[in-house]
Amino acid sequence: MSYAESLGKKIVTSLTGIKGPLIFVKGASGVAFDEVVEIELYNGEKRRGRVLEVFRDLAVVQVFEGTTGISLTGTKVRFLGKTFELPVSESMLGRIFNALGEPVDGGPPVVGEEWRDVNGEPLNPAVRAYPNDFIQTGISAIDGMNTLVRGQKLPIFSGSGLPHNMLAAQIAKQATVRGEAEGFAVVFAAIGIKFEEAVFFKKFFEKTGALSRTAMFFTLANDPPMLRLLTPRTALTLAEYLAYERDMHVLAILTDMSNYAEALREISAAREEVPGRQGYPGYMYSDLATIYERAGRVRNKKGSITQMPILTMPNDDITHPIPDLTGYITEGQIVLDRRLYNMGIYPPINVLMSLSRLMKEGIGPGKTREDHANVSDQLYAAYSKAQEVRGLAMIIGEESLTSRDKRYLRFAEAFETRFLNQGVNENRSIEKTLDIAWEVLSLLPEEELTSIKPEYITKYYKKKGA
Amino acid sequence: MSVGRVIRISGPLVVAENMLGALMYEMVEVGEDRLIGEINRIDGDKAYIQVYESTSGLRPGEPVYRTGTPLSVELGPGLLTQIFDGIQRPLPIIAGLTNSIFVKRGVKTSSLPREKKWYFKPRKELVGQKVSEGTIIGEVAETSIITHKVMVPPGIRGTLKSIVSEGEYTIDDVIAEVDGETGRTEVKMYHRWPARFPRPFHEKLEPTEPLITGVRILDTLFPLAKGGTAAIPGPFGSGKTVTLHSLAKWSDANVVVYVGCGERGNEMTEVLEKFPEYTDPWTGKPLMERTILIANTSNMPVAAREASIYVGITMAEYYRDMGYNVLLVADSTSRWAEALREIGGRLGEMPAEEGFPSYLASRIAEFYERAGRVIAKGDPSRVGSVTVVGAVSPPGGDFTEPVVMHTRRFIKVFWALDASLAYSRHYPAINWLMSYSGYIDTVSQWWSEKVGKDWLKLREKAMNILLREDSLREIVRLMGTEGLSEQDKAVLLIAKIIKDGFLKQHAYDKIDAFSAPRKQYLLLKAIINIYQKILEIINAGKATVAIIEEEMQPLFSELIRARYTIPNEQAELIQKLEDKIIDRLAFIAAR
Ligand SMILES: Nc1ncnc2c1ncn2[C@@H]1O[C@H](COP(=O)(O)OP(=O)(O)O)[C@@H](O)[C@H]1O
Ligand SMILES: [Mg+2]
Repeated sequence: MSYAESLGKKIVTSLTGIKGPLIFVKGASGVAFDEVVEIELYNGEKRRGRVLEVFRDLAVVQVFEGTTGISLTGTKVRFLGKTFELPVSESMLGRIFNALGEPVDGGPPVVGEEWRDVNGEPLNPAVRAYPNDFIQTGISAIDGMNTLVRGQKLPIFSGSGLPHNMLAAQIAKQATVRGEAEGFAVVFAAIGIKFEEAVFFKKFFEKTGALSRTAMFFTLANDPPMLRLLTPRTALTLAEYLAYERDMHVLAILTDMSNYAEALREISAAREEVPGRQGYPGYMYSDLATIYERAGRVRNKKGSITQMPILTMPNDDITHPIPDLTGYITEGQIVLDRRLYNMGIYPPINVLMSLSRLMKEGIGPGKTREDHANVSDQLYAAYSKAQEVRGLAMIIGEESLTSRDKRYLRFAEAFETRFLNQGVNENRSIEKTLDIAWEVLSLLPEEELTSIKPEYITKYYKKKGA
Repeated sequence: MSVGRVIRISGPLVVAENMLGALMYEMVEVGEDRLIGEINRIDGDKAYIQVYESTSGLRPGEPVYRTGTPLSVELGPGLLTQIFDGIQRPLPIIAGLTNSIFVKRGVKTSSLPREKKWYFKPRKELVGQKVSEGTIIGEVAETSIITHKVMVPPGIRGTLKSIVSEGEYTIDDVIAEVDGETGRTEVKMYHRWPARFPRPFHEKLEPTEPLITGVRILDTLFPLAKGGTAAIPGPFGSGKTVTLHSLAKWSDANVVVYVGCGERGNEMTEVLEKFPEYTDPWTGKPLMERTILIANTSNMPVAAREASIYVGITMAEYYRDMGYNVLLVADSTSRWAEALREIGGRLGEMPAEEGFPSYLASRIAEFYERAGRVIAKGDPSRVGSVTVVGAVSPPGGDFTEPVVMHTRRFIKVFWALDASLAYSRHYPAINWLMSYSGYIDTVSQWWSEKVGKDWLKLREKAMNILLREDSLREIVRLMGTEGLSEQDKAVLLIAKIIKDGFLKQHAYDKIDAFSAPRKQYLLLKAIINIYQKILEIINAGKATVAIIEEEMQPLFSELIRARYTIPNEQAELIQKLEDKIIDRLAFIAAR
């Protein structure tokens, strides 16, 4: 909103307390819950915040930019009479913004075609359309076994130092829906990440020519926690506008949601709320859901929002509240694995722990290939069996394994080095992915492939010597 | 009634003053937008209200209107095939009214269609007779599957003064009059019932019949009974929702109430889009015609999430009272418990374990207690049931957390999902060592009468093989297969066939998804008979397990595939396959 608009609104000057990101304001009658306020410091600096709670004429206000430097005296608080809204327009593509949606690229201010509440509203479940358009990412571990579809929310669960940024960038570059000329518009939310990481993405989009259809929203690691909470919301507000009003297919990348969750914990602690697991607030599930559920497709609308949040699992622990609550909301997860990474495999995707819940509707004849579902099931079954055999081989030695078990070992190795492993610029078609899958499955005896219908075995299994 | 005034707003919690005389759990309308809320604490003239819609923009000083009634559910024809939000607002109608893809606040619409005419067939013979709550006075074909029994609402008794003649009526039309002690009452095709109170019934009975789900591991190993209770806990991605969807699709209930409580929007969409395409295996009619959906997804207001469970179970009890077997599935009760926690926290209540309120256990108990098989009130005498299955979503998959722990105390069937099975795509990822059912004896009579005399014995044998396999695996993990006896090796071989050929079941395979009882039985019988034959051969020293495995592999593969290659209608082919395998084994032994 513009500062000019705030003129004429009620101004209150009596602050009764400051705590963490919160200020307590008295004498503010008629203040609305969730209303936006403008705070003018004694030196003329302006900040913004929102009303977290009102009790008669007492308002608790959360200051977006933090309370550093705010004093009980000499501070003016203006209540702007509305909730936090973002001006949105198609012209925001190609631009860079801060968490409040203000341009930080030196370009002109945005002239909004519409103003939208950044908190969004819940999509009516009765108007959603089930996502079912296969997105080819060109990455075998994803396309073959954890297929992404348009309108899905599929996060990357990573660990510190693992190549999640590279993978997300590769996906953003390669993702296409086959038979459609138009690609994705990218809405990118950098949530409390390091400056170099933000620059990596910006350069990548520049290099690949995608910048003109990308809008970036940045909060860096040293920005106050409230801004980290806002960033995904402003980004998704634009995404919703582009998808549902401008018929675009949007890919929203949110990184790093762990920073988001930590900001949430920090603010909850400042509010002295009863902490839940590991100090994260009990409402973190619901809060995260108001972000992740802003993905999808809608009946009778052309556009869609596909979400790819990235998070780093503290200590690579998938049961940590951040990945745990995320996995409970998102439609699967792509899990990166340190062991594979150390083996030099890229992308180091742990397929067994990964999942795409919407895969089944996006694959099969007419979409990918008739044998896709069976092949995927069989790869999972065989690779997990191979893990068992690997464990056994450690105890009794490889030479004592049965000849069948030895073939599982060879399968697992080929699976990792040929199927999983690929170049950062390698864009595999789904046929290529499935062909490699058959190549590695053909290392196993035919009778072992019980997840695959006999007719597909006849058609695709590569008999030895054939 | 006097109008209250908002003094405090903190998220979904609103405190209002000037509320003297307000009732606990009374519904109120808050603010100029008349947001719907419910009183959940009274303190002097102040009422604490949980608001079911976003309170963004609400100000102190805005009015609070009382309604004088508690949160209630409209019960009448028009419930089936509909999708409601947590407080029974029909979502498609809201979308139409607001012309928006989002759920807007303050939208008011009636839960049941008001203009729709239903063809009502009265029980004319009742005129002049005594009627009381539950007495069926007529019926309406609500869908092609379900005949809606129109009952005298609870609390009404007397002489049936008049009833309309057969024809089309809306639910607002008066269809009958009852003369009671306190005067004349008009009866319509619908009434309202407070969601938080169980509906009355005549007598509770023990469950006796299985609820057939078509899921082999459930029906055969851990059966559920009509009127029983089950919980399905598991970490994310382990298969709670898919299993509940399977239950909603294939189980032999008459009516299914599906409560999506704090979970994904797309999972509701999936039901909405897919159920009309599937046919109910028991009636051949579209599945949607027996289904009611309640959707309060994770991003919808948390207070309505808490209410959605009660709204759902009230509807289930209502169809139970008509004499139907109703299945209610709730995905997920953990989200409901979390809503309780959040509301309790805002009220400043003392938290107990993990921040949950101290009354968590009793709320869970009350919920599952509303399941049961009952003789309904009123004439004619009839039996109906509500079976309740709740998903539980423990943080980090930890089964010692409060919701799982307390739930275990009040349910009789426990289907424990296991992340490691899910990782290897062994679906349904139900851990056969940790799961249990308290209805095995209850339902075994049904199985032995209707399907196969030796059902219980086969089930026990299968369980024993699986148990034995588990301890053998431990040994193998430490020492390899070298030291195992031939008998042990046979156990490993058969356990693999049981797991891959019986327990695994693909929820999206046309043939595998629903396994009729006969097919389940024949499959299990084949596997156990083959096991007996193998034992016979190795005990006689005629062959080793290694030889058998080597030679029989193609046939064993065929057996493992039978679950998705042999349809229910041709289940007898399993018998043929069994014979073929036994013959082949005999041949090997004879060499
Ligand atoms: N019986 C089954 N058959 C096939 N796939 C299954 C089955 N059960 C689970 N799955 C797979 O596992 C995924 C996660 O299951 P879901 O029920 O959504 O898990 P949860 O509700 O426990 O998080 C599904 O999307 C599906 O791919
Ligand atoms: Mg689920």
